[in-house]
Amino acid sequence: MRYLPHTGEDIAAMLDVIGVSDLEDLFDAVPQACRRSGDLKVPDALTEMELREYLAGLAATIAAPPEYLIFAGAGSYEHFIPASVQYLLGRSEFSTAYTPYQPEVSQGTLQAIYEYQTLVATLLGLDVANASLYDGASALAEALLMAIRVTRRGKVAVSRAVHPQYRQVVRTYFQSTGYEILELPYLADGRTDLSPLEGMDDLAAVAVQSPNFFGCIEDLKKAGEKVHERGALFVTGFSEPVAYGLLKNPGSQGADIACGEGRSFGMPRSFGGPGLGMFACTMKHVRNMPGRLVGQTTDLNGRRGFVLTLATREQHIRREKATSNICTNNSLCALAAAMHMASLGSTGLRELAELNYDKAQYLKTGLAEAGFEAPFAAPTFNEMTVKFPKGFDSTYKRLLEKKIVAGIPLAPYYPELEDHYLLCVTETRTRAQMDALITEIAS
Amino acid sequence: MKDINELELPEDVLYGEDHEWARLEGKKVRVGVSDYAQDALGDITFVELPEEGDTFEKGEEFGTVESTKAVSELFMPVSGEIIAINQDLGESPELVNQDPYGGGWMVLVKPDSLEELDELMTKDDYLELLKGIE
Amino acid sequence: MNDSPGATGLVFNEPLLWEKGKRGRCGMSLPRRDVERAQLDEELMGESPDFPDLGELDVIRHYTRLSQWNFGVDSGMYPLGSCTMKYNPKINELVAGLPGFAGAHPLLPEEHCQGALQLMHELERLLAEITGMDAVSVQPSAGAQGELTGMLIIYAYHKGQGKPRSKIIVPDTAHGTNPASAALCGFRTVKVESNELGILSSRDIEDIMDEDTAGIMVTNPNTLGLFEENIREIAALVHAKGGLVYCDGANMNAVMGVVDMGKSDIDVLHLNLHKTFSTPHGGGGPGAGPVCVKKKLEPFLPVPRIVEEDGRYRLSEEYPESIGRLHAFYGNFGVMVKAYSYILSVGADLKKVSQLAVLNANYIRQRLKDTYHLQYDRPCMHECVFSDKLQREHKVTTLDIVKRLMDYGFHPPTIYFPLIVPGAIMVEPTETESKEDLDRFVEALKRIAREAEVSPELLREAPRRSKVRRLDETGAARNPCLAG
Repeated sequence: MRYLPHTGEDIAAMLDVIGVSDLEDLFDAVPQACRRSGDLKVPDALTEMELREYLAGLAATIAAPPEYLIFAGAGSYEHFIPASVQYLLGRSEFSTAYTPYQPEVSQGTLQAIYEYQTLVATLLGLDVANASLYDGASALAEALLMAIRVTRRGKVAVSRAVHPQYRQVVRTYFQSTGYEILELPYLADGRTDLSPLEGMDDLAAVAVQSPNFFGCIEDLKKAGEKVHERGALFVTGFSEPVAYGLLKNPGSQGADIACGEGRSFGMPRSFGGPGLGMFACTMKHVRNMPGRLVGQTTDLNGRRGFVLTLATREQHIRREKATSNICTNNSLCALAAAMHMASLGSTGLRELAELNYDKAQYLKTGLAEAGFEAPFAAPTFNEMTVKFPKGFDSTYKRLLEKKIVAGIPLAPYYPELEDHYLLCVTETRTRAQMDALITEIAS
Repeated sequence: MKDINELELPEDVLYGEDHEWARLEGKKVRVGVSDYAQDALGDITFVELPEEGDTFEKGEEFGTVESTKAVSELFMPVSGEIIAINQDLGESPELVNQDPYGGGWMVLVKPDSLEELDELMTKDDYLELLKGIE
Repeated sequence: MNDSPGATGLVFNEPLLWEKGKRGRCGMSLPRRDVERAQLDEELMGESPDFPDLGELDVIRHYTRLSQWNFGVDSGMYPLGSCTMKYNPKINELVAGLPGFAGAHPLLPEEHCQGALQLMHELERLLAEITGMDAVSVQPSAGAQGELTGMLIIYAYHKGQGKPRSKIIVPDTAHGTNPASAALCGFRTVKVESNELGILSSRDIEDIMDEDTAGIMVTNPNTLGLFEENIREIAALVHAKGGLVYCDGANMNAVMGVVDMGKSDIDVLHLNLHKTFSTPHGGGGPGAGPVCVKKKLEPFLPVPRIVEEDGRYRLSEEYPESIGRLHAFYGNFGVMVKAYSYILSVGADLKKVSQLAVLNANYIRQRLKDTYHLQYDRPCMHECVFSDKLQREHKVTTLDIVKRLMDYGFHPPTIYFPLIVPGAIMVEPTETESKEDLDRFVEALKRIAREAEVSPELLREAPRRSKVRRLDETGAARNPCLAG
């Protein structure tokens, strides 16, 4: 086995130093009753060539670009990843290090994460961002729990237009806490109906996602005002951060906490994970924030350097009173996002966001002209809900055979939205591909 | 860490088992942590204090004090109402290290009864307690 | 010191991103604009975020220089206790990047993602075999989320029995995340101390286990690197009062092919794919924290589950007792591909992996135990815990010792943990270090012990060869500067 460097001679010499005669003797402390009765039943080891061949075979069964043309988003977007980002991310000084507990030999990770925190805080228009959480879903759960700590209140309200799986994760995190989750319905235009907030007491937070799961851009400013009237914290979620290259950022619209999925910046879709939980808030609440933080400081010689800081919020110090149990987060994904954002710059991000918006508008207009209804009137970014005629599922299947994925059906998540599909267009779709989709659907 | 004979233990305060001190000032009681406590905690980076008007029982947690690697709870040496907190600690938590019995005080309390003070330790008793810890 | 891996060459300076760049540059090629510009309501439009504009080479140099200030497993020995910093095989990276895996949209119809579902299903089966448990979910994102999953399963089990319980026992040798995970699930933790041998005594558990206690969270092997020999007696006591036994399996690297966690009467166990199964730690993630359970707890596992029928795979949410979903989609699939690739590469030699991990740790323990104090002087599993007790008389601490180790070209071990060993130095070499590397490490620590006697300032002022010297952590915490 090439990962095990020991020769027979090494093993003999080491056993001799330890004073036992056999490798098995090293496990004398393990009682017989705890031991396996037979050998591990695992397949025989594959050679590297066999392994590549086998896994390439498995991978080939999956419908993926460029073979398949995918118009599905729903929290997982196909964005172009430049070769430079992929190359840099492969540098094993980053990938084979761990949590930077020893700052003197971890300045690379630390400075990169400090820069990531700054870029995310800037993107979201808030004071401070943490070093990452697992994904957009657990970030939302953590945000709501944080709001409960800050306000010392016991209820949260979450829009039904928030990603359905994010809401499921929130329910998982809340099930044993005794805190209550209320759901806010959506309006005919696809935005959240905030009117039920009137008369809701003891609210710690209200969570709205923008663009929401239907692709609709919420009126965050108005929502924020209504939330603050209740004395609750305004939590804004997102699954598509590229939108903030074009839209007003959540902080400027009154968000106290902005959190969501950052995978769009530099990470492949990878069947849904790993992703990147982006999380930002105002400085006022930083001590209630979950997750790691990197701060700037100086070394003995007065040179600039970076360290993990405000660690007293975290599990390894505050134990059962910690702001979260998170330890390992998604650091390398944060690095990918920082590299991607740095490659884009302000100018590039604006252009990228416009490309997404303009292309999605092209498809939306094209589908409307072909007679397919957009049921929600609210403006959209790079995703849109379309209502197709009854029996569209057979068209959907026909397109699949032609290696086109025409979005995802909404009915499994919203039974009332029969024949509604969620379609997505990013900068990676061409006009010709969109024309082909419209033609195929209409035929 | 300071040796036990290097510790500053003034005689005008009384000491609690959790290393808080209490000083009677008229009918009010000023509270902080001892030189031993600040030394054991190391460089203090943050002090979390209650709000004026909050009331606590003796022995109840009224706040926390943080260094870079540890958090310790603060416990009330007497029952009573908080009538003032040391606002300076927000900007300058290092006062607790530099001047634990002066500028590093934490809260001013209107005690429910002065009798509880009798249960606290004098300097000599406290010194005995510390010797036990060593 | 001349022949140690630590050496100082040319180190580049590199400013912060926004101290470079010029408005109007762009560091990447964007796809072609082939549509007209569309109008957006002015009310919704904001300014583009104030990011620096950099060229491609600016970005490449920036991150290349930063990477050179980092120490990774590929740079040298990284004996960080309880973190299992073993070699991360490169083939795993390559296969995770296969277009089918990397490009897979998570909401494809099942018939179009069979390979992904099959991989997750087979990984679950392999992990069940390796641990001796009955059923597995690979969904949790990391160890701590695996712990939360396990706690929620225990909570749901007791609730299902009609008797929710409020407390959970956590020993002083458990991982640091355990109390926080238990608290997140609403349990009050009851601390229990390990005995003079560094393991749990059945009697201590008997004394505190009651019918309001949901169970116990044991790390086994524990954070002293010792096997909890009384685990079955302890499990029997917990079970007798209706409780469940949770095992933090972060240290599974010590016992693969040797211990059967099922037979050890564990009810719930989590693993860390980024520790035992060689996926890279990424500077702090992403990881994956699969949860393994006994048959009776299977209904509570997170959904969706992957179900196999006649060689076809599908996702199912039809588990009414499930604790629910922990991750949008299915978890860290990219990490699962790497772990699966590792298991298939190693095969039955997984037992050898554990044997050599334990061999390496005991070799270090034996060779250093006369130089550094060993609070629990007995054979260990995959890691051993020294302390600075002997060096303290020279006014040198654990921190000084390990900072000096950097100058010799080694990453420090885990320090000041577990808390029951004052000044702990927790060394986990892993099986992928060769005898020569272990000898160099031992030699470095012996020389440092001599330096502590004759020239302690070398330790107190260490490290000197790194990019920066010791940093002012107090200043960083007093006046937090968290964004530039």
